[in-house]
Amino acid sequence: MNEIIRIVDYRAGNIASVINALGRLGGSASLASRPAELAGARKLIFPGVGHARPAMEALMASGMHKAIREFTGPVLGICLGMQLMAGQSEEGETPGLHIFDQPIRRFGPSLKVPHMGWNNVFDLKGPLFAGIPENTHFYFVHSYYMPISADTTANCHYGLQFAAAATSGNHFGVQFHPEKSGEAGMQLLKNFIGL
Amino acid sequence: MLTKRIIPCLDIKNGRTVKGVSFDNLRDAGDPVELAARYSEHGADELTLLDITATLEARATFVQVVEEVAAAISIPFTVGGGISSEQQVELLLSAGADKVSVNTAALLDPGLITRLSNAFGNQCVVVAIDAKLQQGRWEVVSHAGTRPTGLPAIGWARQCCDLGAGEILLTSFTADGTRGGFSLDITGEVARGVSIPVVASGGAGSPAHFFDVFTLAGADAALAAGIFHYGMVSIGQVKAYLKKYGVGVR
Repeated sequence: MNEIIRIVDYRAGNIASVINALGRLGGSASLASRPAELAGARKLIFPGVGHARPAMEALMASGMHKAIREFTGPVLGICLGMQLMAGQSEEGETPGLHIFDQPIRRFGPSLKVPHMGWNNVFDLKGPLFAGIPENTHFYFVHSYYMPISADTTANCHYGLQFAAAATSGNHFGVQFHPEKSGEAGMQLLKNFIGL
Repeated sequence: MLTKRIIPCLDIKNGRTVKGVSFDNLRDAGDPVELAARYSEHGADELTLLDITATLEARATFVQVVEEVAAAISIPFTVGGGISSEQQVELLLSAGADKVSVNTAALLDPGLITRLSNAFGNQCVVVAIDAKLQQGRWEVVSHAGTRPTGLPAIGWARQCCDLGAGEILLTSFTADGTRGGFSLDITGEVARGVSIPVVASGGAGSPAHFFDVFTLAGADAALAAGIFHYGMVSIGQVKAYLKKYGVGVR
């Protein structure tokens, strides 16, 4: 693992955390803020925290929205990254990349939001969860969620059941933060690197 | 199920942790990076690093500590202490902090909460509220507990929530340092009164105190310093106790 991994850089936070996590796994990655910077990349990590609308506007301004959709190697969207790969978000009525054919909804008013902390994930499917037991806890921080669908590869419960992870072809998304989820998170990143 | 979080707090002065630490096998008890890594191994769900210095040189050292801690651990951490501007927050977040806590600066300029929330997302904006029981009512105090503000704690907490805070860190200055348990009344009032997570702080002395603040007051997380640093109780012991009595922990 080396420069073949790119991290989408669109000023939406937590890039340092992702670089640190890859560093702990003994690897590295470089940043890409324009499609041209994806030349030679085999894998893409699409992190993100914060508000959907400015994030999507930044991606559209640089052309990275198309590049992420058209990337043929494995792509891992984290938190807001996963949500931006879905359909329209209730957060600022923001359009998404429609890689996952689901809208992004806000948690109901009876719940404390953000959904913040360690929650267990279950009904795990697919290569990202290899070696990770059912009901492992991952760290979540989000106010919006992707509903369960055929693309869902991990479930989580907070007031209702939502997609903790989803896969569509070469595009993977996780709602939690693997880079902040201790050993289990490191295992998931290792699984992604090994794809 | 979303679990309750246990958060050790490290006070950092001139790049070193202060308060006694009595862990076995620590090479350097004053090294925040080693201590952070140790707490992470012991099952801490998050960490808080508090900068208790005020000089500019010390601030630069603190940013370096944040960078080193971020590289060493893979759990989230909050940083606080003297934060008053967007520039400071940007620096700390890009150094690898996950959340920042603001306290006195937010009381002086409540709009800061909204600006930080808009710029960085509310998930990283913690408002620290220091409350003291004064003649039967819980009042907000500022400047490290030295100045009364006249504001009722519950009113200020609700206002912080409306202004865009993502979390409240509520410290009872009445209970802090007593080891007699968290202040359940004000913690419960705030936890029930806002729609964002509430971290309880001040007064932890035993595993039962954590059980009480989670089950009776409804706190989402609990922060402690002394009892963990001095090795009176370990994070593992607190979690084992909570698990035994049916409170969900990681």
